[in-house]
Amino acid sequence: MSFKSISELLNGLTQKEFSSVELTRDYLKRIQQYNAELNCFITIAEDQAVEAAETADKRRETGAAGLLEGIPVAHKDLFCTEGTLTSCASNMLSNFIPPYESTVTRRFLEAGAVCLGKTNMDEFAMGSSNENSHFGPVRNPWDSTRVPGGSSGGSAAAVAAGLCAAATGTDTGGSIRQPAAFCGITGLKPTYGRISRLGMIAFASSLDQAGPMARSAEDCALLLQVMAGHDPMDSTSAQQAVDQYSHNLGSELKGLTIGLPKEYYNEGLDPTIGQALQEAIKTYESLGATIKEVSLPHTSLSVPAYYVIAPAEASANLARFDGVRYGKRCDSPADLDDLYMRTRAEGFGAEVQRRILIGTYVLSAGYFDAYYRQAQKIRRLIKNDFVEAFGQVDLLLCPTTPDCAFPLGSKSADPVQMYLEDIFTIPTSLAGLPALALPCGQANGLPIGLQLIGNYFQEARLLNAGHQYQQRTDWHLQHPTLG
Amino acid sequence: MTIKSEEVEKIAFLARLRVAEDNRGKLTEDLSQILDFVDQMKAVDTRNVTPLSNPLEMHQILRPDTVTEENQRDRLQAVAPATELGLFLVPKVIE
Repeated sequence: MSFKSISELLNGLTQKEFSSVELTRDYLKRIQQYNAELNCFITIAEDQAVEAAETADKRRETGAAGLLEGIPVAHKDLFCTEGTLTSCASNMLSNFIPPYESTVTRRFLEAGAVCLGKTNMDEFAMGSSNENSHFGPVRNPWDSTRVPGGSSGGSAAAVAAGLCAAATGTDTGGSIRQPAAFCGITGLKPTYGRISRLGMIAFASSLDQAGPMARSAEDCALLLQVMAGHDPMDSTSAQQAVDQYSHNLGSELKGLTIGLPKEYYNEGLDPTIGQALQEAIKTYESLGATIKEVSLPHTSLSVPAYYVIAPAEASANLARFDGVRYGKRCDSPADLDDLYMRTRAEGFGAEVQRRILIGTYVLSAGYFDAYYRQAQKIRRLIKNDFVEAFGQVDLLLCPTTPDCAFPLGSKSADPVQMYLEDIFTIPTSLAGLPALALPCGQANGLPIGLQLIGNYFQEARLLNAGHQYQQRTDWHLQHPTLG
Repeated sequence: MTIKSEEVEKIAFLARLRVAEDNRGKLTEDLSQILDFVDQMKAVDTRNVTPLSNPLEMHQILRPDTVTEENQRDRLQAVAPATELGLFLVPKVIE
């Protein structure tokens, strides 16, 4: 039952084919079996999970079942979970037990979901390979010599390996979509502000957004229903009404116009991925959609602009880790500056330090206009490209990544090479638009990811388009054979 | 090099990050490489473009200035490295 969809699992629970305790124990057994190799989990919450499953079974018995009652999930280790270690995969927070619950995880608890544990990630969500974790890299379940993508690599690998029914992730420049593509699962980055950021440890506040990672668009719709909505405790969360995502999954695609941004189909794209995309385009045509080429002319500037804006925001957000109020503190500080400087040098890994320094540099006197303000102006140009495109089409269809999962260590020596991994996901992040990544093929046994981009708050349309595709294809049903 | 070793030292102090002596060269190289890469932005004429800081162009919302939080000092300080009598302890800052 490890690879069943959430709706199948809910059905099994309702029909009493199995209990939540049985289901939870089954996943926990798989975690025990495979986590040593894959390293998906930083914390396995075995006792709490079984206890939550017992409660869920009782609630179902009394007819008080929530939307996800008894479904075992895993949370990325940057959502604060009261009483459970929340490390952000950093040495800095390797002792941090939050005194409060994030809105996202609280909503999962209220919906009856069982939390199996906290998943590995790139430290502070900075990375595209999950190699920047204080707790060691995650391995891709399709080929353990390769990366799962990042930063939500542990969540993606755990779903792909059948170690949980679904997981949460966060996406700042592609951190849900790229690992979803590398691991052959479905992941949604909603519109900026659709989901509360309260209790989500901040990386870049104008970009960060939580989202679901699961086996299908249908499962993502169910999870988004639980996660989405305004939160008075996050002033940037959107006031916009929440759609009925699952109810919208039956709509036909006839009359829908899908745009192909030509800048995403260039020489840089792996030809096998290009071929898989062409097949997906044909599937959409056969579903009744009209295909049209569009242009997003400022695409190539998105990665440079992102690597000014995101580090600038990160340098401000990560100033709070000072060794005074929470987290690690260095031993025997000589004075206050020594306390700050050694705590931060010991607490943060190399990539986090690079980004803090770049961010500090671009915000410092004399460089602000040339870097930070220029990047924000380019951000406007990138958003305008999308606004223009959505004047002509309903959705955009493009690859999620320029290549498939790469070998561990192959890009970690060159930061810029690693940054370019996110060329197809960063533009949408800068514009704040929703995007869905879903599997659309395989190359040498490795999954290929398709990306659908929607207009603001059109998650329902995106999920429906993903679901219609998954009714015609079975790429989302493929799963790796574990050793 | 777009950025010099002395500048790295200066921004590292601004960011309160100790950089080990033997790592300074490599770090300067890495940061220069990143800055060279983002320098592509400079070729774009953006004279009449308004900067975009929030993708939805939302403005900060206000709430009435009333007390909404209870005092949770003990609970919140339980995760601090060092406290005494409800205060955070740091090395001596006043001689």
